[in-house]
Amino acid sequence: MSLSPPSSPKGPPERSRRRRTFPRGGIDVREHKERTAHLPVETIPPPAEVVIPMAQHFGVPCEPVVQRGETVRKGQLIGSTPAPFAADVHASVAGKVKAVGPHVHPSGFLVESVTIETEPAGETEPALPPVDPGDRAAVLRRIREMGVVGMGGAGFPTAVKLNPPGNKPIDTLLLNGAECEPYLTADHRLMVEDAPRVLEGLRVMRTVLGNPRAVIAVEDNKPDAADALAELVGDDPSIELLVLKTRYPQGAERQLIESVLGRTVPSGGLPMDVGVDVQNVGTAAAVADAVLRGRPLIERVLTVSGDGVRQPKNLRVPIGALYGDLMEHCGGMTEDASRVIMGGPMMGKAQPTVHVPVTKGTSGILVLTPRTARPYRELRCVRCGECLRVCPQGLVPTELAVLAEREQFAALTEIMDCVECGACNYACPANRQLVQWIRFGKVEYRNLQKKKRHA
Amino acid sequence: MPSAPFAVASSPHILTGNSIRRLMFSVVIALAPATVLAVVFFGVPALRTILFTLAFCLLFEAVLGTRTSDGLSWKEVVGDGSGAVTGLLLALNLPPDSPWWVAAVGALVAIGLGKHVFGGLGRNPFNPALVARVVLVIAFPVQMPAWRAPFQPVDGVTAATALGVLKADGATAAASQFPLWNLYSGQVPGCLGEVSALALLAGGIFLLARRVISWHIPVAYLGSVAAVTGILWIVDPGRFASPLVHLGAGGLMLGAWYMATDLVTSPLTRKGMLIFGAGCGAITCVIRLAGSYPEGVSFAILVMNALTPLIDKWTHPVPAGRRVPRPETA
Repeated sequence: MSLSPPSSPKGPPERSRRRRTFPRGGIDVREHKERTAHLPVETIPPPAEVVIPMAQHFGVPCEPVVQRGETVRKGQLIGSTPAPFAADVHASVAGKVKAVGPHVHPSGFLVESVTIETEPAGETEPALPPVDPGDRAAVLRRIREMGVVGMGGAGFPTAVKLNPPGNKPIDTLLLNGAECEPYLTADHRLMVEDAPRVLEGLRVMRTVLGNPRAVIAVEDNKPDAADALAELVGDDPSIELLVLKTRYPQGAERQLIESVLGRTVPSGGLPMDVGVDVQNVGTAAAVADAVLRGRPLIERVLTVSGDGVRQPKNLRVPIGALYGDLMEHCGGMTEDASRVIMGGPMMGKAQPTVHVPVTKGTSGILVLTPRTARPYRELRCVRCGECLRVCPQGLVPTELAVLAEREQFAALTEIMDCVECGACNYACPANRQLVQWIRFGKVEYRNLQKKKRHA
Repeated sequence: MPSAPFAVASSPHILTGNSIRRLMFSVVIALAPATVLAVVFFGVPALRTILFTLAFCLLFEAVLGTRTSDGLSWKEVVGDGSGAVTGLLLALNLPPDSPWWVAAVGALVAIGLGKHVFGGLGRNPFNPALVARVVLVIAFPVQMPAWRAPFQPVDGVTAATALGVLKADGATAAASQFPLWNLYSGQVPGCLGEVSALALLAGGIFLLARRVISWHIPVAYLGSVAAVTGILWIVDPGRFASPLVHLGAGGLMLGAWYMATDLVTSPLTRKGMLIFGAGCGAITCVIRLAGSYPEGVSFAILVMNALTPLIDKWTHPVPAGRRVPRPETA
């Protein structure tokens, strides 16, 4: 399947209605990105303390390897596990370990975490020597040991993702620069300000994957990001830059693959089943730092925004910084702030407190007021059909929700295809909490399948 | 610092701002031209009929709806606007001089039997206004067909409708007594909402533009009626009325744009809507052309309402990930 030619490096790609997008569903949401899209990333001074969870990735949590009272250097290993489905965790500041124990975590669970009291004059762990990108095993080991995981939110251990099984050959490395959630501009600024690091990472990852074709996908609401990348890509025929239509959820893996390559990931399958490896642009930059500069993943760019924060900003923060400390750098929260969200407004997770740490997958912190996160009344489904028309996965959300509500879990055979993007919920005129019902249905359906297997 | 605790709600945290009330309000606006014309043509009795029907519908909605709506207050129940739309549609299905008790019985049947007996909003299988209309037609054979020509005083003499003349005296008589302009502008006897096809069409286009309804049901319904009657008319114009007569006469415009498109009782998918519309058209034609009733719209829509769950099952979309081969296990 051929791609459209790369956008010209000489001029800005025009916002065109004919830009590629995924074939079904999706919604056009008000973006609110203008608040922060042009603000350069600010590096904050190290906060007084950081709380670094042992679980920041999809897979097995790490075990702490430091104790209370220990002095740690910035970048020092503080958590590890021998399990293959994991990545190491490092101190993002130099200081003294104040506590090792359960702490509030954005997932809503209490997670084992290492709390470090910052000592600004503390030492930094020396950088490791660069790894030869051609030495595949060494590169994968370095990526894991430097703690690199998917930074788009899911936190999949990158070393595992770059090492698919032999019967799943990869012919395309797809870099995800879509950032389709409203308000968030972290990846946008990374691409504008740090495009060389992104491309370095892309080249390393491509080598590890055996040199497939590489594509970088960007939404057309970020023409300056596309320009910055286009200039660096230049006339390199092995890397294509594709500017996609701005539509939610363009950045969802499955939809991105459909937009870029026209391939559909099968139900129950993964991108590698159609020969694709998708990586976030932030992850690519972190891979470059790990492999080429021997530095662990201890900081990230995120967007603090929303109508409940006085000065929305893009910040570069150490992993483990608490939301409350970040709010101070953004003019504080407004009186009527009513919701604190990790991530974007469509799929982000609401937090009960600002005493929550930033993790490797935290791309944004939103503070909303009742003006944007409006109170609503959930009414009955009136069978308008909007939900199924906006569903990018081709499901019937109202049916899934009603079946879950009525506890007919065995009938939920399609429910695992839902990616919980929230488009259905957003579009519903009855304000039905479709995503919540579907999440509930998934849990029950999985339990049912487990029972069947053990029967 | 914020004064209230943070709400831990499920994602998504932003919603579209569309609401059932907005949809219903759009329907009321779309019906406004036809309603106003009905009052212009038939005078104060028509206004009385409309107001009584609306009032009784809202009353029953408030009383019954609070019992079927999981704890909403009567203001919220009435506030979603669906009772008002049912009321207006029912009123437009009545003859202009209906007594208040016909309006009351109609409202009770529509709101009670047509809607809340099934569990309330979103749960009824049949269009409530049509359930009421059919019950009234059968229960009150004197009051229901009491047609009067526009601008005529109430005089107890029933005037004939276009479809009535068509059924009794044939196509030529109907065409001569009911010129097309009269049919479409509404200067013909009939139910309040069956008169001005043009006003109804204008409202229908308004609903399309506001994206409250899609074109699939109206086009499939009107198109299939036009196709069937068109073919017959071409074959034997003396015996069959032209498709333009059929489209402008009776309750077809009201039915195709406002009754068949009722969200709750019509299919979910666009494909299903086309099947639904075509089915309505086919049954309408069968009744009008070969049945003993002059008008078939109400029955056609009710039959297709009954078939809607089956149509939804037939047209259930295949999820994207199932349209491709299953993955091999790693």
